[in-house]
Amino acid sequence: MKLVYFSWIREQIGISEENVSLPDHVNNVSDLLDWLRGRGEEFEAFLQQPEIIRVALDHVHADDRNASLRNVSEIAIFPPVTGG
Amino acid sequence: MGEAVSEPIIKIEINREDFNCEDEIRALTQGRHDLGAVVSFIGLCRDEGSTLKALEIEHYPVMAENEIQRIAQSVCKRWPLGGLVAIHRYGRIPVGENIVLVIAASKHRQAAFDGANFLMDYLKTRAPFWKKEHYISGGKGEWVSAKDEDDDALTKWGGDKQGGSSKG
Repeated sequence: MKLVYFSWIREQIGISEENVSLPDHVNNVSDLLDWLRGRGEEFEAFLQQPEIIRVALDHVHADDRNASLRNVSEIAIFPPVTGG
Repeated sequence: MGEAVSEPIIKIEINREDFNCEDEIRALTQGRHDLGAVVSFIGLCRDEGSTLKALEIEHYPVMAENEIQRIAQSVCKRWPLGGLVAIHRYGRIPVGENIVLVIAASKHRQAAFDGANFLMDYLKTRAPFWKKEHYISGGKGEWVSAKDEDDDALTKWGGDKQGGSSKG
């Protein structure tokens, strides 16, 4: 699974993308955020307010935290957008 | 809201380079006699009290285009437009330069005004771009925070996060 990070999240954890093997119990977006939180201080830091973190599955917003990760190949994790 | 003028022409671009509004309007309207209204909006890099030097805009390449395309499709389902253009820049943008261009063309003005407005509202809350402010005083710069008023702006369109489009 490819994970990509943007904006201040990318800067805080110091990587823009990585390939990971998700554990079997990580089935949806909510599971993913819980799992990420356990990966170290930097991850825990950006997930202090998990409700503001946005997630996109294969380039589509996952507005539902229960959205399944099945057959997804790229997950993007980013803060609220500020374009325009 | 009436019949569509004809199949709308949609143009979405994400560029590092600047755009020219007049050129884009000309390209959209040239040789067409079915359009009665063109509304254009340009978002500029605004200085904050003589402190800002430039904005750095980060984006998520494929998703940024897809998301604006999805929003544009929603606009064209909702209003009878003849054409819709959205160009968003990324990279370093000095104060005073263009950031984003939206052009909506229609038979009558209300569809063009509303379509351009809707597209900007959704672009600001859904398209994956992030602004970082770089100051004249130097330093590493600071990420711009999202504003609640941008989310609130969606309520006038019915508050649908997707902009009325189907997912995927």
